[in-house]
Amino acid sequence: MRVLVIEDDREVASYVLKVLAEAGHNGVAAEDGGTGLALATSEDFDALVVDRMLPQIDGLAIVSALRTSDRRVPVLILSALGEVTDRVKGLRAGGDDYLVKPFAAAELLARLEALVRRSAGRAANETALAVGGLEVDLLAREARRDGRQIELQPREFRLLEFLMRNAGTVVTRTMLLENVWDYHFDPQTNVIDVHISRLRSKIDKGFDRPLIHTVRGAGYVLRDADPPS
Amino acid sequence: MAVFAASMILLLGFVWQATVGTLMEQMDETIRADIKGLEEQYATGGANRIARIIRDRVRRDPAGRTVYLLTDPLLQPIVGSLAAWPDGEPDPEGWLTFRIPDRESPEGDPLLARARTFRLAGGLRLLVGREVHDLRHTRDRLANAILWGVGLTLLLALAGGFAMSRSTARRIEAINETSREIMTGDLSRRIPVRGSGDDFDRLAVNLNEMLSRIQTLMEGLRHVSDNIAHDLRTPLARLRSRLESLREGASDADNFRRGVSEALAEADELIAMFNALLRITQIEAGGRRENFGPVDLGALVRDVGELYEPLAQAKGQHFSLDDAEAAEIDGDRDLLFQAAANLVDNAVKYTPAGGAVGIAAEVGKITVWDTGPGIPPDRREAVFERFRRLNPSRNEPGSGLGLTLARAVADLHGGAVAFADNRPGLRVTLSIGQPPSSARRDMH
Repeated sequence: MRVLVIEDDREVASYVLKVLAEAGHNGVAAEDGGTGLALATSEDFDALVVDRMLPQIDGLAIVSALRTSDRRVPVLILSALGEVTDRVKGLRAGGDDYLVKPFAAAELLARLEALVRRSAGRAANETALAVGGLEVDLLAREARRDGRQIELQPREFRLLEFLMRNAGTVVTRTMLLENVWDYHFDPQTNVIDVHISRLRSKIDKGFDRPLIHTVRGAGYVLRDADPPS
Repeated sequence: MAVFAASMILLLGFVWQATVGTLMEQMDETIRADIKGLEEQYATGGANRIARIIRDRVRRDPAGRTVYLLTDPLLQPIVGSLAAWPDGEPDPEGWLTFRIPDRESPEGDPLLARARTFRLAGGLRLLVGREVHDLRHTRDRLANAILWGVGLTLLLALAGGFAMSRSTARRIEAINETSREIMTGDLSRRIPVRGSGDDFDRLAVNLNEMLSRIQTLMEGLRHVSDNIAHDLRTPLARLRSRLESLREGASDADNFRRGVSEALAEADELIAMFNALLRITQIEAGGRRENFGPVDLGALVRDVGELYEPLAQAKGQHFSLDDAEAAEIDGDRDLLFQAAANLVDNAVKYTPAGGAVGIAAEVGKITVWDTGPGIPPDRREAVFERFRRLNPSRNEPGSGLGLTLARAVADLHGGAVAFADNRPGLRVTLSIGQPPSSARRDMH
């Protein structure tokens, strides 16, 4: 995937480029808003990483400008401002996701990949999702694996749904917190992990192979690792 | 002052016109009417007629209030109350002011008269007037009174204004002086309050309250930075030495990687701690009321319960939820969730297996209880200090700021966090809005 990084801090920019390169992606850096905007409008990118605090121009202004000129490219906003209101402002300006500095490489990658995936498969009117033998009916709010009905609580279903919508890409704990629970908060303990393991015990236990995998240092991913041949 | 003087003058001018002015106008009107009448008489009866009338009128007015004189074209008197045509030029309208002897005291000063001159057809000259001495006298007296009145009023106004502005200046100077002292760093100074309850006093009271609040905030800030300095320093130092030993130590790639992972985890914890501190400081500074909106406490505790129930279960604890009496309040949903989550997190963390944890919502408060070891009453205030843990141990995750944040959130909502004995265990009440006075007493 080809990613444009608009960031004036050289250290952060080179870090992001390195992370992208190591994951096999193509990163291009722009040091200021003007160059960034010019590149974004003249070339094609799969995603943009835009720092909110740029010299002379606000990162959000760039995003707004892109949206007004109808560029639908997914944008991940990078910012040192981490409050709810800042996040809301960022998303309202047209950003698709918001990542607070300092961030972990895994977080950045997971979110970028989820963004690109979301914009690629724009089927918001899906009624069902399937991975391996696992099927989820979004209308009836039911799950089955290999034909067997699985009883899920509403929250567990939402958790599974999010994992399935991002099947194949890593999902971080923060992403889960933001999307599956509607509150902006920091848990003191790894309370998310317990929910995941409960979900696992319902959809993985007793089946031939696990679909939910832990990615150390990053989060979780739902994937059919070795499908039966 | 100027406005006052101007309006005074205007008012007095009006009074003048209304009284003296009117009188003088009336007098002139009378004279005019008189002349007109005589003119008509002349027209019908000729000079003889008016001569007879004038003679008659003069005879009937011994005091000489009325002045008549009829002369020939050469100003030779024919009949009248004057001996001769008065000196002086009449004004363009024919009015003349002159002196006549005082009939009542001929040796005294002559009186003032005002008359109108008229030329009759045939060349005869007629002069009709009235004695205005008294009127003039009244007018002068009135003018005098008015001038004195104005003068005195102006003087009093000046004096009063002066006194008032002196007093005001003094009060303002008191405020200025206190401000200067505060600006040099002494935040404990307060503006002197006279106790008179006037506007300045009220201003002083409000300013003092503001100063107290600022002082509290400043002290809080100092406290925070002291704590940050102290409490972040240790983990930072630990992180550093860990990294250093990684660099020095000759170990295999696996150990090295593990060491780095641990260091990273340490760094992440530091970042979380930093974020929490930042949040707390912002909440304490009170700047977050803009996120207030209706919050369904019942839904909130249900969500908190749902989040922590698996964890409680995994630890072999029984979890219960009570939202029967929950209500809607006005507040910050995310902050309240965070505070409640922190409380439940603590409860789950400190309660042993086989115990119980519960959360309940009622009107204006959230209660979290557990059957754990509880907090001894003498330590209940200390737990709010940042990073304070009852049993300092590095095994438990969490930044130690959970309760501090919960209290900051309660404060922001005009409430408080109170501890009680759950018999056994701990009962924490997060009240939002006016806390019952007993809760306040519990805290201090």
